[in-house]
Amino acid sequence: MNLALHAPILAIAVPLLGGFALPLWAKFGRPLRDLWLLLVSAATASLVGLVAFQVYTGGIQVYTLGAAWPTDTLAPGGFPIRIVLAVDALGALVGLIATLAALVGFAYAARYLAEEEGKTLALTLGTLLWAGMLGMAFTGDLFNLFVFFEVTSIAACGLIGYRTWTSRGPEAAFKTMVLYTVGGLFVLLAIALLYGEYGALNLAHLARLLRGSTVDRVTLALLLGGLLMKVGAVPVHMWAPDAYGEAPAQGVILLVANTQVSLYALFRILFTLYGGLADPGIGWLVVAMGTLTLLVASLMAVVQMDLGRLIAFGAVSQIGYMLLGVGVGLTVLASRPAYGLLALQGGIFHMLNDALAIGLLFLAVGAVEKAAGGRNLGALGGLGHDLKWTAAFFFLGALALAGIPPLNGFASKLMIYQGSFLLSPILSALAILASILLLAVFVRAFQGAFLGPRMLQPEPVPSSMLLAMGALALGVLVLGLFPDLVVRHVVAPAADALWTGREVYLRAVFGR
Amino acid sequence: MIGNVPFVVCMVLVLLGLAALLFRRNLIKVVIGLKIIENGVNLYLVATGYVQGGVVPIWTYAPPDAAMVLPTPQALTLTSIVIGLATTALMLAFAVVIHRHKGSLDGRKVVELSG
Repeated sequence: MNLALHAPILAIAVPLLGGFALPLWAKFGRPLRDLWLLLVSAATASLVGLVAFQVYTGGIQVYTLGAAWPTDTLAPGGFPIRIVLAVDALGALVGLIATLAALVGFAYAARYLAEEEGKTLALTLGTLLWAGMLGMAFTGDLFNLFVFFEVTSIAACGLIGYRTWTSRGPEAAFKTMVLYTVGGLFVLLAIALLYGEYGALNLAHLARLLRGSTVDRVTLALLLGGLLMKVGAVPVHMWAPDAYGEAPAQGVILLVANTQVSLYALFRILFTLYGGLADPGIGWLVVAMGTLTLLVASLMAVVQMDLGRLIAFGAVSQIGYMLLGVGVGLTVLASRPAYGLLALQGGIFHMLNDALAIGLLFLAVGAVEKAAGGRNLGALGGLGHDLKWTAAFFFLGALALAGIPPLNGFASKLMIYQGSFLLSPILSALAILASILLLAVFVRAFQGAFLGPRMLQPEPVPSSMLLAMGALALGVLVLGLFPDLVVRHVVAPAADALWTGREVYLRAVFGR
Repeated sequence: MIGNVPFVVCMVLVLLGLAALLFRRNLIKVVIGLKIIENGVNLYLVATGYVQGGVVPIWTYAPPDAAMVLPTPQALTLTSIVIGLATTALMLAFAVVIHRHKGSLDGRKVVELSG
């Protein structure tokens, strides 16, 4: 079997089947389960790495399911009715982000989760969520996008609410599930409308058929609304702080990766499916949503007293920066000035930076909760005396997220500021204002939790948790110190996939 | 014959479900609202594939040169029903857990979190 050719589908199938097999192995013994998880994770990570390497060196990789040969995308007679996976540079980057989150989460979970508190369950759901995210990132077919959307929804809500002995976890999960399901049904209705009009589900084929009729616009509104619910942009963000606040820390980092993957799906639809319409109004809508998100979420973060919820609102505000950057790119897509590409690169670079920095913060909060037994800022204090490494990681993540040089958040936010300034100075002023607010919030949180006299005797943080946080912290530092290198080799191809890559994507799927 | 009536009915179902989500506070009724939206969407999907006087889309059983209904929307609907079963089961399970903790299913009374 040609592994390189089949890598995209294997990268989805291995964690999906491996995840379901995990509880079976747990019946035979915990060491066997851990060994199996290690094997599945290593195999999936190498497969995703292989796909990403092929995409970055050789261009878009297309895989057809149910054909005699994986490259036969068209059925006999030239009809694009087969189910395809199409991975371009942006899809590969998002797949890498999901893989990074999963690996760090599993390493952290090894000592963070207690065996008697459903560890097997949490690991299974994490693996399934990972599989769903990879599916969303790699699919080239609208209906499969919906299916993987629902796979991630179910796995994510399971992760939020599986601790049924608490009352807050299931409540957050119920709330999240309502919004995820409504979002999913909006997406399904949009797919049904598109199918009724054009009789196609293949993303590339639909992109060629779309004419910009009224039905197309209604469909776009439904897709936009459904995916924004999943992303957690401001008018429909109600689930995000609850979910991030109540899920266990190793699940939160996967949830954060899941919002990035949903953002990717949104960008894929806006640029590839609807890129031919080139209507600046849609771009302005995305810009407005982004600005609203980053402002409202950072204002809401100011008043939080729970450390977890405070960081959660910080996470929601970062979604606003990504929407702003990419929205600026979308607004000027038709005329293609240089600053549009800059803002787009900034938005995509920020997806990577946010996964690292906010992941680091949530893991640090989880460590604080485990060590000190609580997260209320009123009761915490002086933890920095004993938890030196955790305090340092929290500080690093907070500064990176607030956009302080020389950390990674600064590099991407600067690109977003520059790009949006050239579109409208008010946008970048608001974005900078939100960053300053976030800095104030994080400094208050750091001061409240880690500084001051020693108030309680925390337990030491296990070394595997510190190791997982250290890996993310290293990423934050390296991306901050060498942003040019990362932008040129990793982010620029991904941004080009949206900026000019529409025709390339369509040709790759059609083979002509 | 009946024109666009099926599509209109589906949209009415979707709107009814949305209204239930917005104005009902009982958690079970919220789940029922979601189910109504889902059924509206599923009916819409099936309706798009309907062909007047069409037969079941099984190639070997169909009489020669008979019109068939479209098989793809039926496959999509089946998938969507299975997914809907999973989401509904999960949500009802959460509702049971919430009821066990709070002794109530009233959305206004059980809330501890406020996103």
